Amino acid sequence: MNWNFVIFSIVKIAIVVGVVQGMVAYSVLAERKIAAWIQDRVGPNRCAPPFAKYIPIVGPALIRLGIFQPLADGLKLLLKEDFTPAGVRKIYFWLAPALAVIPSMLVVAVIPFGSQIGQQKMVIADLNVGILYTFGIVSLGVYGIVLAGYAANSKYPMFGGIRSSAQMISYEISMGMSVIPVLLIVGNLNLSRIIGWQSAHGWMVIYAPVSFVIFLIASFAETNRLPFDLPEAEQELAGGYNIEYSSMKFALFALAENSNMVASSSMMVTLFFGGWTLPFWGLDHAATSLWMGIVQILVFLAKMLLFMVLFIWVRWMFPRFRYDQLMDLGWRRFVPLALANILVTAVILWMKS
Amino acid sequence: MIVNRKPLTFWERLYLPAIAGGLKVTLRHAWRTLFRGKVVTMEYPEQKWAVPTDYRGAPYLVKDQEGNTKCVSCQLCEFVCPPKAIRITPPGESGKLADRPNAEKMPEEFEINFLRCIYCGLCQEVCPEEAIFLLKDYSLTGQSREEMIYGKEKLLALGGTHGGIQKWKHKLEEAKAQENFPVKI
Repeated sequence: MNWNFVIFSIVKIAIVVGVVQGMVAYSVLAERKIAAWIQDRVGPNRCAPPFAKYIPIVGPALIRLGIFQPLADGLKLLLKEDFTPAGVRKIYFWLAPALAVIPSMLVVAVIPFGSQIGQQKMVIADLNVGILYTFGIVSLGVYGIVLAGYAANSKYPMFGGIRSSAQMISYEISMGMSVIPVLLIVGNLNLSRIIGWQSAHGWMVIYAPVSFVIFLIASFAETNRLPFDLPEAEQELAGGYNIEYSSMKFALFALAENSNMVASSSMMVTLFFGGWTLPFWGLDHAATSLWMGIVQILVFLAKMLLFMVLFIWVRWMFPRFRYDQLMDLGWRRFVPLALANILVTAVILWMKS
Repeated sequence: MIVNRKPLTFWERLYLPAIAGGLKVTLRHAWRTLFRGKVVTMEYPEQKWAVPTDYRGAPYLVKDQEGNTKCVSCQLCEFVCPPKAIRITPPGESGKLADRPNAEKMPEEFEINFLRCIYCGLCQEVCPEEAIFLLKDYSLTGQSREEMIYGKEKLLALGGTHGGIQKWKHKLEEAKAQENFPVKI
């Protein structure tokens, strides 16, 4: 057994999971803050531990920004009563939050979040079938939600679960097909190779803009975010598949949604925006020094954060789609468009070769 | 009324102009809040509404211009109070006299239970001495039920002084005038 590999993998997993969890926690804050700004409000700006105001200079600013809010939110959710309603199907009820979270956390495993530090590649699993793995795992995410809807043994969660299953399966198809042109162009399923290709030829979004648009919109649908948040439509379903949940189990669904957001942002960055590369300052090839490695990780995070902000921003921009419109968009617009996109890309590549 | 629904044009059906519009509106609002400070939020404990002049806040006992208790313990407010929030303990026969001349008595204890008070203002309306007024306070808090029952001292301190009639003073003058009434020859 290669102990070196095991130890470094564990370290990488720990760090990545920690960072993703942190980003999830703070994406909730970002969501609240951005919502507030767009709606002419202030947003959370009170929560602070007693020592916070003694931090020189930045202390009050941090409190105004609500930096400590996620800690309080997490504590609140942990300490709330974990209520199991009478009449739920207990096993599934307990299983569903875990099934929602696990796939969303697993997706991050194949994403190259940096080139290398020393001899270590900055990716947990450098799979040759990276994209296939991602799609396989992402489509598992629907089970958590459907199971939550089924387990709750009440109407609205059931509606939410069914809506979610239909929506996620529909958009899965156009999402999968939107990526095929990328694979055709690069000729490899390995995400690190895709980034390598992009650093040599330029970002994929230039070569496959239609793919990017379809992928972006489909990932909004996949993560159940507005304008496609029908599974948890508050106004129609009183909350959707997670109504009957409370405390940390409820929080796990929010966590799953937000880590899906993280995962699909990082997928978009990897597939279409060159991953950890930047076309200038010598950041376009694998790092040779420690500093370059760290800078490249930061580049990746920055690109990802931009997409996170987009996800959040869009939420406050559009009304929710009606269900038939959603299905119409998924099946009658995106599927043909994605197919045409594959065809056109294939033809162009064929003519070039 | 018949609303004429025109079929959407191709441009409208494309949905892209709507997306651009949404981006523009949300960006404009975010820009305004972030960089121009145009915020509709009022940060409550620090900023407060300007309370209108005829606002009915918490009822407090007031003192007159000379710092005397105006209440004469007539108990009209206690009787009129719809939620029975006021409770007055009169001084009794051997109780303390009023702290001002020519007034018969003043309450030994005057309690308003702000857990019951509905801020209706009937006590102010009924008071013959203009001794109780609904002032501007609206956010009374406490950590126990006992704390929310305000006693006489507290009510007087919160009420402060209030101008207006000084009935007893007029009475005193009248009494003096009466004493002198048979015109001295």
